[in-house]
Amino acid sequence: MAKQRESTFVNMVVVLFLVSAIAAIALAFVYQATKEPIAKSKLEKKKKAIRNVVSEFDNNPIEDMFKIPVEGADSVECYPAKKEGKIVGYAVKTYSKKGFGGLISVMIGFDPDGHIHKTAVLEHHETPGLGDKMQRSKSTFSNQFDNLDVPNISDKDNDGIIIEVTKDQGTVDAITAATISSRAFCDATERAYNAFKKIKK
Amino acid sequence: MKKLNIFTKGFFKENAVFVMMLGLCPTLGTTTSAINGLGMGLATTFVLVMSNIVISLVKRQIPDQVRIPSFIVIIASFVTIVELVMQAYVPDLYDVLGLFIPLIVVNCIILGRAEAFASKNNAFDSMLDGLGMGLGFAMALTILGSVREILGSGSIFNISIYKGDGALVFVLAPGAFIVLGYLIALINRLSEKA
Repeated sequence: MAKQRESTFVNMVVVLFLVSAIAAIALAFVYQATKEPIAKSKLEKKKKAIRNVVSEFDNNPIEDMFKIPVEGADSVECYPAKKEGKIVGYAVKTYSKKGFGGLISVMIGFDPDGHIHKTAVLEHHETPGLGDKMQRSKSTFSNQFDNLDVPNISDKDNDGIIIEVTKDQGTVDAITAATISSRAFCDATERAYNAFKKIKK
Repeated sequence: MKKLNIFTKGFFKENAVFVMMLGLCPTLGTTTSAINGLGMGLATTFVLVMSNIVISLVKRQIPDQVRIPSFIVIIASFVTIVELVMQAYVPDLYDVLGLFIPLIVVNCIILGRAEAFASKNNAFDSMLDGLGMGLGFAMALTILGSVREILGSGSIFNISIYKGDGALVFVLAPGAFIVLGYLIALINRLSEKA
């Protein structure tokens, strides 16, 4: 019957080092092996999000992607959707840093005339049960943005922002007890519309 | 016969959820539907079996005073492997389970079996113990998930069984507690009579 390794200082340091080193190597290996499939599934998710938010198209929006600069040094990605050569919509991958849990990423589909066609949340770190209700599957909050006639919304409090929650004199009904998340979603939508305006010229 | 016992005790006599009541956080949080409960249970089973095997193979080499950090590193590594593999090959399930996958590390069942069994038995027995406990856990989660899905969404494994929406409360947190409580009461009653 072999003895249990003694708990001497040297033994403890060596064993902890070896356990961590072997774990690190194993994980690096698995990370490498899964890197490609993970990138592929993220791309699929993006394709699905684009298909969800704009009208039917027959081009490859990801190939035709171009960037639109927004405030500061940032830019958003715009995916044009075409059917038989004619533009049927633009999917703008927008973001907001004002989420309760940080960055949120949203895909907003615009019709050529500026109406929002549909929206889809790509990534968020909001509270489950509260802010995560911005997801279409969790509540009807995002439904109010479908077919939103953005060009004709009035800026009631003249602060230059037109898509806002009712608390900020806007027209959007916020998620109960998740005002910050709701504001962030509006911020992302506003950013997308401002970018869209630049290409509409 | 004794070997079989090691495997089967995880299903009824020492079921992690209904008898030992360990790992209740992921149990309540991920059983909003049958498939979610099953997915979570299987992910946990994989980690439990692998960590039990590895820990029982190296148990003599790890000094007693550093066994907890060593076990945790081993368990966390397998959880990360599960997370990466799920993200790559079943991204939809990965999105649904979300934060609960990394939380498998702190699931009491895993460290509990490592301490109570794997660190004191050979690799084959530890594998059986992990498999039995893990599948028993998966079974409990699937049952809980199914009941909550039937009552709360009107479907099971995404197959609709009756028209209408069901009672929303069962898909939310309070419903989880309620259903789990009744299931435990039912099982206690049945094992009394047995």
